[in-house]
This record gives sequence, C-alpha cells and structure tokens, in this order.
Amino acid sequence: MLLEYFQMIDVVEDLDPDNGRIIARADVPMESTVFEGHFPGSPLVPGVLLIETMAQASGFMLLARMKFEKMPFLANVTSAKMRTFVEPGEVLRVEAELEHDGSGFAATKARISRDGKKICDSKLMFRIMPFPNATLKNNMLERFSQISHSSTE
Amino acid sequence: MATTFEAVAEIISETSDIPLDEITPEKNAFTDLGIDSLDFLDIAFAIDKNFGIKIPLEKWTEELNENKASVDEYFILSKLCDRIDELIAAKDA
Repeated sequence: MLLEYFQMIDVVEDLDPDNGRIIARADVPMESTVFEGHFPGSPLVPGVLLIETMAQASGFMLLARMKFEKMPFLANVTSAKMRTFVEPGEVLRVEAELEHDGSGFAATKARISRDGKKICDSKLMFRIMPFPNATLKNNMLERFSQISHSSTE
Repeated sequence: MATTFEAVAEIISETSDIPLDEITPEKNAFTDLGIDSLDFLDIAFAIDKNFGIKIPLEKWTEELNENKASVDEYFILSKLCDRIDELIAAKDA
C-alpha cells in the first residue's frame, strides 16, 4: 500500500472475472505521512482508506471483467462496517465479488480480513463509464499489470 | 401479488425516502419526484433484482443524449412499468 498515492492493492492473488471474484493482498506500510495525523502516537489505517481498498479490489475485478473497455467509478457506499483496527505492518486479504452486473452500473460485496479474522466489509456500487482519457486507461492497465505480476515474482 | 407499478412504487419509496402516496403512475421519476441519477442506480438495482431483469440504462441514456427519445418515454412511471413488463415478457419468452 502506498497510502499517499491511493495505491491500496499490492498483489492480485486470484482473479476470476467471468464469475466476478477477486482475492488480493494489501501490505500496510510501517510508515506513512497518513499515520502522522491518524493518529498521533497511535497509528491506524483510516476507515475511509479501508473502504477505498475494498473499492479498488472491486474495481480491478470489474476492469478485468470488462477487458478495460470502461472504467468503474465508486458511486455509492451502500454499507460499510469497520470491525477492528488496522495498524502499520499488517498484511490484509481483500476479497470482492460481483453482486449485480447492471447496465451502466455494478454492485459488489467486499471484505478485508487478517489471518482469517474479519476486519471490515462493505456493499459498494459503481458507475460504469467510458474512460475520460487515454492517460487514465493506460495508467489502470499498467497498475493492473504490476499487481497481477507481483504474485509470480 | 403486487402489480409492476405497486412493486416499483415500493422500491422508489424505500430507496428514495418518498412517501408512497406521492408516487403515482403519471409522475416522472426525475422531474416530478426529484430522483437524481445516483438514486436511480439504487432503484435500477432493486428493480433488476426484484424482477430478474436488466434495465438497459446505458441504451436509454445514449438515446436521451442523442435526442432519439425523451425523458418521459422512459421515466414516467407508467411507461417505466410498461418497459419492465416488456423485459419480463422477453425474459420469459
């Protein structure tokens, strides 16, 4: 995870686009400027960044499913529960599954766990839209390639 | 068994917090009921799940943007329900 750059997913460990499932890994860094404010003397990953992590796992699954022809944008956090704290240095398992493949939108269920213990879960909805420009599309393709190949290195 | 309109009205009321008695067939979801496009995603999701269909929102939006259709054609509730019934019939055919 590079929290400052919103790079939340480190490795795609398993991906099944046809059935709308992804399992990914997110390694929480030991240090980040985010921890200086959240919180001084007691660093914790902010809950909004855990939601972002679940959204990104969902997003990469949707991108792969759509063969990068369109871009999913987070539109609705239907529900989110933060069950326990996440501290620096933890290794997180991020799972997402497609709940509904609509026309111009998609709904997913996602969760994060650590050593089998549930940390948080959410229901998310995405607008599916054309890429606004080639730069974003190329960046998504490059990032996906990086995190997909990390598991075999 | 609820009619298509009754089921849609229930969905709209629940997702958009609009009193059920304000939701009538001649109302336009956007211009009369004040539903925005984000709220309508929730409604489309609930309708898709409830009826086992896939409302072609992308196609409708494209037609609206290209002035090939008017908002009323798709989003007056009686007409929306007609479209839903067509989709259900096509699914069951």
